[in-house]
Amino acid sequence: MSEQKVLFDVQHLQTYFPILGGVVRKTVGYVHAVEDVSFQIREKETFSLVGESGCGKSTTGRTILRLIEPTKGKIIFDGQDLCQLDKESMRKMRRNMQLVFQDPYSSLNPRMTVRKLLEEPLDTHFKLTPAEKEEQIKWITEAVGINPEHLERYPHQFSGGQRQRISIARALITKPKFVVADEPVSALDVSIQAQILNLLMDLQKNMELSYLFISHDLNVVRHISNRVGVMYLGRIVEMGNTEDVYQNPMHPYTQALLSAIPKRDPLEEKKRIRLEGDVPSPANPPKGCAFHDRCVHCMGICSEQVPEARELEPGHFVACHLFDK
Amino acid sequence: MDHLLEIRNLSIDLPRGKKLPPIKLVEGIDLDINKKQNFGVVGESGCGKSITCNAIMGLLSYPLKVGKGSSIRFQNSNGKEQEIVGMAPQELCKIRGNEISMIFQEPMTALDPMYTIEQQINEALSFHTNLTKAEMHDASLEMLKKVKIPRAEEILRDYPHHLSGGMLQRVMIAIALINNPRLLIADEPTTALDVTIQAQILDLMNELRESYDTSVIMITHDLGVIAETCEHVAVFYAGQVVEEASVVDIFHHTAHPYTEGLLRSVTSLGNAKKELYTIKGMVPSAGNFSTGCRFADRCDRCMDKCKTECPPLVEIETGHKCRCWLHIDGAVEEA
Repeated sequence: MSEQKVLFDVQHLQTYFPILGGVVRKTVGYVHAVEDVSFQIREKETFSLVGESGCGKSTTGRTILRLIEPTKGKIIFDGQDLCQLDKESMRKMRRNMQLVFQDPYSSLNPRMTVRKLLEEPLDTHFKLTPAEKEEQIKWITEAVGINPEHLERYPHQFSGGQRQRISIARALITKPKFVVADEPVSALDVSIQAQILNLLMDLQKNMELSYLFISHDLNVVRHISNRVGVMYLGRIVEMGNTEDVYQNPMHPYTQALLSAIPKRDPLEEKKRIRLEGDVPSPANPPKGCAFHDRCVHCMGICSEQVPEARELEPGHFVACHLFDK
Repeated sequence: MDHLLEIRNLSIDLPRGKKLPPIKLVEGIDLDINKKQNFGVVGESGCGKSITCNAIMGLLSYPLKVGKGSSIRFQNSNGKEQEIVGMAPQELCKIRGNEISMIFQEPMTALDPMYTIEQQINEALSFHTNLTKAEMHDASLEMLKKVKIPRAEEILRDYPHHLSGGMLQRVMIAIALINNPRLLIADEPTTALDVTIQAQILDLMNELRESYDTSVIMITHDLGVIAETCEHVAVFYAGQVVEEASVVDIFHHTAHPYTEGLLRSVTSLGNAKKELYTIKGMVPSAGNFSTGCRFADRCDRCMDKCKTECPPLVEIETGHKCRCWLHIDGAVEEA
């Protein structure tokens, strides 16, 4: 895997949202949505971000596409720093990177037919003749499995799984190199989830795509990704090859998260590490390691100093003071 | 009656005016819930699992109606049997929240944002008991401690928006259990929550069930939640029960092809990057059910008979019922 070219290089990304208060809407604080996130995505690879709600995984996904401006940090795509690009060149860049949203019920315009929905990205990014457009639409409907007879229908006439296919078609019609899939299957039923996951994996093979896959479903992540990053309160606490992380989780949070997956078999005996309390608010993150007030192994240093990510095994990074030498 | 709740031949109609016959959203549901049993209802969205349970509570929203010939019998705390279908609204109010209570999927929307947590817990008490205000305060405080809410005294004075999803779901459980109900219906209680919070809530529900004499009907689409909490499971598909068995039989002696497909399409641990098994096609929409087996056009093992005749739900082994022609030769006589 390592010989493949790095497509996305994200370095020390930070995204804060201002909290406005008072009559004059003065900034009274910041929501620390993404605190310090670094990762790399190689070509033809699926990198997953997993974590509980509010940990900043979706914000990370949107920030690296510059849909949200980062507060700090570098986003290098294919050798170019995206933050340095002006508006026009960024717009041109966007055809290479697309986004599939979570909720296929609200992400498609109800007043556009499927054909219009699919034409829209083509009109935005390319100047094509009607015949060329037709050809592209024919190609993509076949690739994602939409019945070409349904092109004149409106989104409400489709089921959730079909709509998610339309969303995927819309993202892929510009032939991007990179797709952010933000919880693409969470709104779907299990049997439909499996269909969409298979489709995403097929398309990756055929179109040589790289994915950033964002999900809170640990089983789905394990199934689809090559490498995984576990996020907690705006930081990646553990990152590595998927099987390394799942079979040998080192960070106490990852261990607790994995033990919380409901068992797949009623006869299975499972020891559960129980986490007390809730995720702290990102508007007021705790000092030191963000996880220290829920951690069973908490030490004195944890509440004072933020742990650095260190490489414990090749390619397996953990940010925890337990592994300080 | 030895069961706590007996549902017989339940159907729920969606009327379509005077000229057309109503659409049957669920049909021919027979379920028995025992005392102190944890009963799981699993199925995909639109299979009728939620409306079945709403019918038990008498909570069907307009224009849905319980069909003719349906019967839901409930044994109340005095040991008397009551027929819930067709019961007067005043009578139903005495049962609801007292003998049968319910936990909803979205704790954020199920609680009223205009009232404090204490007022909302007390509402359940003031309907069904004659406690004084001070007694109600003590009762709700004690209940919050039982569902392991920290700083219970403060939380009582808070409004729902002050609390996180996991906390609100605990409050919902407190409200549901405060009158010590005989039956608790939990409609996807953990779907809106994160995994670590889900684990907390499921553990809590398992613990509380030990200390109360309550039967639980757990409605969910997540087979993991079923494996974690239930003893007996009914699998719903397109408005029918297709398989009903103990939880171990469902997972290890699966009989119906739909249940099998559901189990296989779950992204299980350890088969990373392989093609997932999928059930082809989609769930048929209500009103378009075929006269044969409703799963026939998605089934890998479909036979000619499946397309024309609907299989009955028969007991293939003791306590294991299945609705499939594959298992019926010989079993027909028994049924």
